[in-house]
Amino acid sequence: MKTQLREIAHARSGDKGDNANIGLIALKPEHYPVLVREVTAERVKQHFAGVCMGNVERYEIPNLRALNFVLHQALDGGGTLSLRTDSQGKTYGAALLRMEIEI
Amino acid sequence: MLEGGPLDYLTLDYLAEITMSILQKQRARDPRAGFAHDFAGLVKRSARHIAERGVKIVANAGGINPEGCAQAVAAALQAAGHGGRVKIGVVSGDDILPRLDEFIERGIELKNLDTGAPLTTIRQRVQSANVYFGAFPIAEALCQGAAVVITGRCNDAALALGPMVREFGWKRDDWDRLSAGTIAGHTIECGAQTTGGNCQADWETIPDYAGIGYPIIEAEADGTFVITKHPGTGGRVSVAGVTEQLLYEIGDPASYITPDCIADFTTIQLQQQATDRVRFSGIKGRPATEFYKVSISYGAGYKAVGTLVYSWPDAYKKAKAADRILRERWDRLGLKFDAVHSDFVGANACHGVMAGEPSPDIAEIGLRLAVRSADKAAVERFTRELVPIALNGPPSVTGLGSGRPKAEEIVAYWPALIPKEVVKPQVAIVS
Repeated sequence: MKTQLREIAHARSGDKGDNANIGLIALKPEHYPVLVREVTAERVKQHFAGVCMGNVERYEIPNLRALNFVLHQALDGGGTLSLRTDSQGKTYGAALLRMEIEI
Repeated sequence: MLEGGPLDYLTLDYLAEITMSILQKQRARDPRAGFAHDFAGLVKRSARHIAERGVKIVANAGGINPEGCAQAVAAALQAAGHGGRVKIGVVSGDDILPRLDEFIERGIELKNLDTGAPLTTIRQRVQSANVYFGAFPIAEALCQGAAVVITGRCNDAALALGPMVREFGWKRDDWDRLSAGTIAGHTIECGAQTTGGNCQADWETIPDYAGIGYPIIEAEADGTFVITKHPGTGGRVSVAGVTEQLLYEIGDPASYITPDCIADFTTIQLQQQATDRVRFSGIKGRPATEFYKVSISYGAGYKAVGTLVYSWPDAYKKAKAADRILRERWDRLGLKFDAVHSDFVGANACHGVMAGEPSPDIAEIGLRLAVRSADKAAVERFTRELVPIALNGPPSVTGLGSGRPKAEEIVAYWPALIPKEVVKPQVAIVS
């Protein structure tokens, strides 16, 4: 069955230079393996096509039922250089929750 | 925080990444300036709690002039009737702007951590350069009896770890406990972002945002701690909210590198101990690296941002047409920029193509145009060329009430590393 990521996870995002990071957290323990299986670095890279120009790294944090994604070259230069409305990637966590996944 | 319940230490973080360059400019105009001016007022208002309750305050309010900040704080305490009775600790030595050429000559390239480029590529445009010191200089100032500790640039988490090192006598190689204290500091460094602010999990049910409580660490000598807030304050301390903050602005969670240790977030165990109380345990860490992080700011040209609002009907179409017309006009004028960016606020400014197409019936769209150039004159021309589109372009446009946007200097951030042995923190006490 397909569902939107927001039904099983919450997220927070921020910046470090031109990189954005997104912490993605399972709402319930049984959802964590679904996140690990469905939300791969490749899928996140595809999801942020046109926004993230570099590669995406994924880190697993099972003790927090969470994944951390680092999106490289994702902020148009980052910080004060960026001309984007969201120059610090503050809304990227919410953007990730749009993703359709299989549960 | 001081009045809502018991408290031993109050910590305050004043320094965003670009704050140092602003403070450098202030000191260039006035040698007595260069620190967070509102801190002295805060100490004055808190003087009774410091003098009578023994609450200690730790803040990086010193900016690039911690000594000047200490003088201002001493004067504020004097004015509050507590002059001479409160020791002020000053941590300095982080400002390496005067030493940059010396370092470069010694072969310390201060390469950009993201791009690998050596500092020489922007050396002439550097406006500030500061080392992030750790918790031990703060702990030392506290050991020497300081009730107020003022630092320049230091690691955010160190503001909280310093008092733990002081109270519990943690050693420099006590990696697990230093990591626990670092994670505690990281958890509270964005204030109410750990007590319900900016929290996606159940945000609509979080009580009393208007009276939101700020986070408190209840630390134990063994490295376990509880994050809570004062009773009667708004917000919520939950495992979900705390986890969001733990993951905020981190890279590899197994290697959170600070001047004091490498903390491992994959070892954290969280438990909702009671309402608004989350307990942390199990934290492990590894030895610190041989480097300090350096934060360098430099002038990187100019930018300007302007917004026009187009209303129904066809708001999105009109905004897109205005964007095309403006760019065509700049072309005809021969006006060039290093970068131009258009956002359609209400349609896709935050999420780009992920947001899909807006409804054709959408009530309004904000067209936000931004340009960047090394040439200030080009950016200023943009600010003059934007406003006329209200009269010379598509209809039903507003939002220009405040007139032309302003060209502003871009101060960009250059992160680098420096060997610890070439910079030493200095700790001094003033009365």
